[in-house]
Amino acid sequence: MKVRIKFRKYGILKYIGHLDVMRFFQKAMRRADIPIAFTGGYSPHMIMSFAQPLGLGVTSEGEYLDIELAGDITSEDAVRQLNQTMADGIDVVSFRQIQDEKKYSGMTLVAAADYLIVPKDMEETALREHNSETPVFPDNWNEALAAFLEQPEIKVMKKTKRSEKEVDIRPMIYDMHMEPSGICMQLAAGSENNLKPDLVMETFLKYVGEEEVKLHYHRREVYAKNPKSENPRFVSLESLGWDILSC
Amino acid sequence: MRKLALSDEILMKIEKPARYIGGEVNAVTKKLDDIDVRFAMCFPDVYEIGMSHLGIQILYDMFNRRDDVWCERVYSPWVDLDKVMREEKIPLFALESQDPVRDFDFLGITIQYEMCYTNILQVLDLACIPLHAKDRTEKDPIVIGGGPCAYNPEPIAEFFDMFYIGEGETVYDELLDTYKENKKNGGSRMDFLAKACQIDGIYVPMFYDVTYHEDGTIDQFFPVNKHAPSVIHKQVVMDVTNTTYPQAPIVPYIKVTQDRVVLEVQRGCIRGCRFCQAGMLYRPTRERDVETLKQYAYNMLKNTGHEEISLSSLSTSDYSELKELVTFLIDNFKNKGINISLPSLRIDAFSLDVMSQVQDIRKSSLTFAPEAGSQRMRNVINKGLTEEDIISGAGQAFEGGWNKVKLYFMLGLPTETEEDMEAIAVLADKVARRYYEIPKDQRNGKCQITASSSFFIPKPFTPFQWAPMLNHEDYIERAAIVKHAFLNQLNKKSLRYNWHDAEVSVLEGVFARGDRKIASVIEEAYRMGCIYDSWSEQFDNDKWMRAFDNTGIEIGFYNLRERGEDEVFPWDFIDIGVTKKFLRREWDRAMKGEVTPNCRMQCSGCGVAKWKGGVCIESKN
Repeated sequence: MKVRIKFRKYGILKYIGHLDVMRFFQKAMRRADIPIAFTGGYSPHMIMSFAQPLGLGVTSEGEYLDIELAGDITSEDAVRQLNQTMADGIDVVSFRQIQDEKKYSGMTLVAAADYLIVPKDMEETALREHNSETPVFPDNWNEALAAFLEQPEIKVMKKTKRSEKEVDIRPMIYDMHMEPSGICMQLAAGSENNLKPDLVMETFLKYVGEEEVKLHYHRREVYAKNPKSENPRFVSLESLGWDILSC
Repeated sequence: MRKLALSDEILMKIEKPARYIGGEVNAVTKKLDDIDVRFAMCFPDVYEIGMSHLGIQILYDMFNRRDDVWCERVYSPWVDLDKVMREEKIPLFALESQDPVRDFDFLGITIQYEMCYTNILQVLDLACIPLHAKDRTEKDPIVIGGGPCAYNPEPIAEFFDMFYIGEGETVYDELLDTYKENKKNGGSRMDFLAKACQIDGIYVPMFYDVTYHEDGTIDQFFPVNKHAPSVIHKQVVMDVTNTTYPQAPIVPYIKVTQDRVVLEVQRGCIRGCRFCQAGMLYRPTRERDVETLKQYAYNMLKNTGHEEISLSSLSTSDYSELKELVTFLIDNFKNKGINISLPSLRIDAFSLDVMSQVQDIRKSSLTFAPEAGSQRMRNVINKGLTEEDIISGAGQAFEGGWNKVKLYFMLGLPTETEEDMEAIAVLADKVARRYYEIPKDQRNGKCQITASSSFFIPKPFTPFQWAPMLNHEDYIERAAIVKHAFLNQLNKKSLRYNWHDAEVSVLEGVFARGDRKIASVIEEAYRMGCIYDSWSEQFDNDKWMRAFDNTGIEIGFYNLRERGEDEVFPWDFIDIGVTKKFLRREWDRAMKGEVTPNCRMQCSGCGVAKWKGGVCIESKN
């Protein structure tokens, strides 16, 4: 049985990189007695894959990993057992069964992600009070943002492992708007097209001539293409699973 | 979010910020209002090394069991952060509370190897604590040292308020209670030191003075405080089963050197190798009850979630319940995806069987530590491993499918001749010959025999404490002789030889048997920028040599002399239970090439039987 775990990563855990979060969950599975399945061979390892790596320094309330179970456990028990053994800055939101076929794995499905961007020094308050009345960015950024997005194309240099090439990032920005709590955006994510929020913001800050502004990045959700319809275009990875009620 | 000592900007620009944020699973947090004593426990090396050390985990757990004490951890900031902290004047902090170490009651430093001495100064300096004990005030923490290097504390004596000599489980409670009592009564720092020095095993260096002969050797070492005893007795836990053991050790976020559950199966060693300091310091051999260890294994795996468990002790093959324990671990944990990591065991049918169960034969290698190439030399060092043991052990392993062997040796041992050096290559070749005796169609390609040598360093409290070392050039020459001998072997294409650098060995030699005068070189080298000397990419021998020049300390005095039978050693005031008379007897036997039987075969009267426990009473039954 395959299961998708959604978790949050915040506070000091933002200094723990992707590989170490994987190690953290491997150990957490054992501490929490989750009946996870192993591969065979001399050095068996847990069957576990993360949907979308999160960069160092970034916080998130919508991270995902898929695991395979070798035994039974209910969603409620699993979430409780895992949260009893988490650390300060990481907790499990849900533990849901998903379809078994490989094409439904988180890693293959990822299509988009939501981000909230706030000024670096307001990281904690901004993330705590989502509905703050006082806007965290200057008002004139509203118009600038509209103009920024109206450009027919936004060419930037994108670094890959081997080279640097110029790409148009505009089609990969699905949504970008200001709210009092910060800049919200939905960007292409996953193996096909992937756009990092810091690349968008660097380009935007250059556009408004405020390159010295320091920002904090917070991921809100990771999405898959809606398998059933075009509207909505995306559904959260979590919504593709269902709670295990009894075993 | 928990308060952090370092800003986001710093944490995002340094390597591995997880080294400095604390908050790991099983780390202990307490409220300041609930406690009386703040203890900062330091391993003066980088986080990944310090977190791998069992001793600190034992003390951390033991201290934090007390409601009135909060023990936190401190490690050396890596060189990147070291630079930032100096530039921005950020005081060194403890991981749990992120509070400055200088606000603590104690700073405990475990001293595991000599090459960390400059890191001790780094820690004190970054913590804004005066380097010299005599310059500290009522505001400063009590700086206490412990661990194997504390058995000759003299080279670093002036940097410490006190040393704890021996195993931590015995008198720390008394020391902490004394501290609390003194604080409550409004006593001063000096009042506390005067009380502490009366506790068994506590050495307060400033209460002692040394006079020297004209030739630089010690004339007298004596207490100058009326409360200070003239001899300090090593502390030992005789019942290692019913003592504290950390069953929920801290689980680091980042991969550390020892990323696994560690079961300490016994303390001490029955073997009596004459070069080995640990073998003498931790006498008598005391075993932990196997049923207790099984329970620990279960609890620790559950509480940490580690995917590997290993056994720890000197000469683990001598643990009498080894078979029982290893079989239990395999039966209970292997099918749960837990790796059983074995220490290097004596090769026999049992160890080969368990090794084939827990590791991939094609990838793993066998390890032997003959320490010397010739039988003559092995008799001198009392290493009971014979050529026959090695060849037959390797043979059994080769038949079982292994084809990689590692051999460890020492160069520069007392009485070593050119023939002894060449014997290293000859022995490696014999192992390879044994491999090629197996018919071609039954063996697994070529074999790979890797021999490594390090340079012998005489250590205090060993039978070789009187022995001379060599200088740097002589060491390199000896390695060259061995290298040359390897080229003359039949199976040279299957043999590899590498040797450790000699520069660090020379320094280690000075520090290991140094006296109080050495402190000035360590301080000078630190002032010149030396830290992390145990890291080859950080080690700067030129700076060290200049530090010796600047302070007028002669390396030759410490390393090149054979010490006289009656010489007073800087560490003579410490009583480890093993007598100097026994050590001298062993030195004489070594010179005659006579072997001394191990503690289970026969008692050799080393002195530790006075504790009436462990192997000393077991062998009398």
